[in-house]
Amino acid sequence: MKGNSYFSRKLHSLLGIIPLGGFIVVHGLTNYQAFERGPEGFDKGVTLINSLPLLPLLEIFVIYLPLLFHGIYGLYVAYQSNSNTGRFKYGRNWAFTAQRVTGVITFVFVFWHVYQTRMQVYLGNITHEELGSTMNKIATDPTYFVLYLIGVLAAVFHFSNGLWAFLISWGITIGPKAQRISSYICMGVFVVVSALFILSLVAFMGDEFKEAANAALTWTNIG
Amino acid sequence: MAETTVASKTVKFIISRQDTPESKPYTQEFELPYRPNMNVISGLMEIQRNPTTADGVKTSPVCWESNCLEEVCGACSMVINGKPRQACSALIDQLEQPVRLEPMRTFPVVRDLVINRERMFNALKKVKAWIPIDGTYDLGPGPRMAESKRQWAYELSKCMTCGVCLESCPNVNDRNSFIGPAAISQVRLFNAHPTGEMNKHERLDALMTDGGIEGCGNSQNCVRSCPKGIPLTTSIAAMNKDTTTHLFKKWLGM
Ligand code: HEM
Ligand code: SF4
Ligand code: FES
Repeated sequence: MKGNSYFSRKLHSLLGIIPLGGFIVVHGLTNYQAFERGPEGFDKGVTLINSLPLLPLLEIFVIYLPLLFHGIYGLYVAYQSNSNTGRFKYGRNWAFTAQRVTGVITFVFVFWHVYQTRMQVYLGNITHEELGSTMNKIATDPTYFVLYLIGVLAAVFHFSNGLWAFLISWGITIGPKAQRISSYICMGVFVVVSALFILSLVAFMGDEFKEAANAALTWTNIG
Repeated sequence: MAETTVASKTVKFIISRQDTPESKPYTQEFELPYRPNMNVISGLMEIQRNPTTADGVKTSPVCWESNCLEEVCGACSMVINGKPRQACSALIDQLEQPVRLEPMRTFPVVRDLVINRERMFNALKKVKAWIPIDGTYDLGPGPRMAESKRQWAYELSKCMTCGVCLESCPNVNDRNSFIGPAAISQVRLFNAHPTGEMNKHERLDALMTDGGIEGCGNSQNCVRSCPKGIPLTTSIAAMNKDTTTHLFKKWLGM
């Protein structure tokens, strides 16, 4: 069995759900602590994640490498597709195009977002305790807020619609009825996970996240 | 009696033309006298008899392909008012005017509306869409096929290799090696046959190489476009399942 696009595509599809899909859900839930429990809740979540053993290895093998493979191969997959929504105006065909467009948006957004947050911790510009105030700065800037809203909605759509496609790519949902039911479930996933992210973005706007901001003033030179 | 009113009615065609495979396409307009129960093919025949454009300029007759004239051979497939379909079953009374005809450009254009669908036949060869029973001696009767299964399989066997599903698919293009929906559904058909099943793995292996099943991106235009109502997306998902199972079995050496 030599390397061929069948295996690359299967790997691309798998990585989209495991680990990336799992990550986006956990990420949404952690951020949501900001909405539900305020700065302490969010800090707790961040600290919990930062106390995981072998964190750098986990990050590299469970997030960065899968993201790079899925993202870069995904750009290639998007390049290989036409969009013919003008001629075939079916919902699923729109979703096909949207899957590609949101993939590209997600690609740009994720790199920018990681640079603004995680990279700054690595570079020593902020500590992870200051991430809350970093997010406060982002959420209170109207331009950043809108860009984050677009980025988050694109990423969550991409994940939810990708989940629907994943179930077909692996032969789990086969008939039209199974695929219709799974599309309703995936739409539900989109609504719930989007809500998690949007509510946390709103929560980050609150003054209580500003507290640690003084310490994070250095961040101002990043944007 | 009604002769005069009928005769004054006309049908307008806007046809995309192309003189050679490499030359640039251009459009020409034709206006023909309306006749009851006309279809696109009879319109094209009328143009062939009197190849004059709507402006009265003499031109070469428009080329097209057709055979069965009853939507079973697939030869007359073209893009009619933006949708790929068979010209022989496209009734003028049911079409918006002017009627726009274009070749299915997913395939190489030979001339005017004539295209080369060779890639579809190559795809059928690639996945071995047949049942190998030839040999040097009589193999005797094969296993029986249950009538209920035969009826189900008959639906898949209606495919006429017309190419409409490939034309509607956003992943069938020259940047992508996707084999297209039709051949995948044929793998399902031949793998379901009691004798064909004996070579199931060969067809699955073929789908698991470059230019196989992996190019499907689930736009699902194919199933909505197929004139034969073949459940293409179900076939693709079923073959996704079978190739996945086959993959794991191979890895585990089963
Ligand atoms: C980083 C930029 C990304 C790009 C450029 C990208 C691109 C793509 C593209 C083009 C597809 C369509 C594949 C197809 O329909 O055959 C796809 C599918 C998918 N993506 Fe992404 N993606 C990215 C990030 C993500 C992320 C972060 C996740 C997880 C949350 C994700 C999850 C998925 C899933 C689950 C699928 C469906 C797989 C399948 O069809 O079987 N993607 N991606
Ligand atoms: S599956 Fe349907 S649309 Fe595709 S080639 Fe066969 S008959 Fe034509
Ligand atoms: S001529 Fe055979 S399908 Fe139209």
